[in-house]
Amino acid sequence: MTHSLHRFGQPEDLAGDYIVFAMPAQGVDPESAIRTEKEFLRRSLRHQPVNLGDAKKGGWFQPQKNLGPGVHWRRNTEPKPELVIDGVDAPGIVAAVFDRYEAMEAFVEELRELDLGVSINISALADRAATCCRACGITRHSVEYSLGFLGKTEKLPEKEILELATMCGHGTVSFGLAEKMMDRVRSGRMTPKAAARTLARFCVCSIFNPARAEEILSGKRKRG
Amino acid sequence: MKIDPRLCVECANCVAVCPMSAIHIDPEIRRAVVDEDECVECFACYRGMSSENLNPMLIRLARRTLGLFRFRFDPEPDGCPTAAIVPQELEWPRSIRRVFSDVLMTHEGTGILGRGTEEVKTNDVTGRLGPGFAGFVVELGRPSVGARFYDIEKVSRALAAVGVIFEEKNPITGLMTDVSEGALDPEVLDEKVMSAIIEFRTPLEGTDAVLQVLEGVAREIDTVMAVGVAARCGEDGQNDLESMLPALGYPIVRAKTNLGLGRAEVIS
Repeated sequence: MTHSLHRFGQPEDLAGDYIVFAMPAQGVDPESAIRTEKEFLRRSLRHQPVNLGDAKKGGWFQPQKNLGPGVHWRRNTEPKPELVIDGVDAPGIVAAVFDRYEAMEAFVEELRELDLGVSINISALADRAATCCRACGITRHSVEYSLGFLGKTEKLPEKEILELATMCGHGTVSFGLAEKMMDRVRSGRMTPKAAARTLARFCVCSIFNPARAEEILSGKRKRG
Repeated sequence: MKIDPRLCVECANCVAVCPMSAIHIDPEIRRAVVDEDECVECFACYRGMSSENLNPMLIRLARRTLGLFRFRFDPEPDGCPTAAIVPQELEWPRSIRRVFSDVLMTHEGTGILGRGTEEVKTNDVTGRLGPGFAGFVVELGRPSVGARFYDIEKVSRALAAVGVIFEEKNPITGLMTDVSEGALDPEVLDEKVMSAIIEFRTPLEGTDAVLQVLEGVAREIDTVMAVGVAARCGEDGQNDLESMLPALGYPIVRAKTNLGLGRAEVIS
């Protein structure tokens, strides 16, 4: 699946968006793969990820099915990394998302030293990933490039909505919800952080970058 | 997917949440309803929305009372206050919608979650894409427009005509009744999915021809497609696509880079 590949945005805006994920190939001993994935997730926490997830179980921002009426005044939306790590019970894709190049590079360096034996991929600006590989002494094995969107592109929404929604490659962050969150932030009914976390809860595999979403929603872009 | 009219309180939260815009409020019955022809059974509403499990009678009364004073009931924007969204049993061929749209469905052909395969993500272990080849991943319907299989077939037929090698384990290849022609099972052609991935490879020198085919057929479909192409790097970490793609008018911006840290010997 190309779930992380086609994030829409200008290069300067995508410079705050890095996904590192681990994926065992089919045939790997399941118990070994689970241990490895948990180790990947635990180690990522040392580098201040902005999201973390197991594609089978969800990320550290998850829907809450048992909210009470008090949620309108007080809702706990803090990340729950232990929920993600403890929840890994089958081989799959696990991912950590970073909003800083330096954090991503430090994590990749640690992964190289750890030698987990599973496939590790970086999904990011191509030149930043290449720079990271050189810095860590890694020879790239394969690269998949995004060539963008073809076809009836007039069906796509405005730039900011597309930037927000394409951070979930499986399409479960809808254009409509992205637009609704933008409206709520503009009208002062939600903070950018709360709106970003709301969107993140819909991305099951947790590659959504809430830090970048917060910048888009607040109109404050991090450049370079 | 259905919305239980006994539970729905017409808050309209699910309207914005639906990636296919398949939910609307029916003004006659004052309830949210799902347009079944547009719904792709992605489960984004059912699984993604939080819930307060409130009493619907109480909420309707509160809404009417607040409305008299020009106040409005304002639930959490990602929640269904009364857990009114209900999945339904799906029969063939409608069941194919969920297979391609619900991110947590494991496809029986690939053994993995999602709409595609491992493609180059595990290429360091599997060696699936070898030197000298370009591995294409063409995802119809992405981002969040959705695609009907008749449009997907237009693309697969156009690609088959230029002799691409379809990935055997890909779910779309599995739906082909004639791989040499890129023909899909006629029973599914009218079904709509969130997206579907056509995966194939071609010799690197065929990259330009494939891109021309895609640009041509893109004008004939009523949806969008996201295109990705991969290559294996040499011992120096370089690959031919890096110079080839900009020359063909496709600047290199984002990419997924396999670091080559996986080991084949860990496969049992």
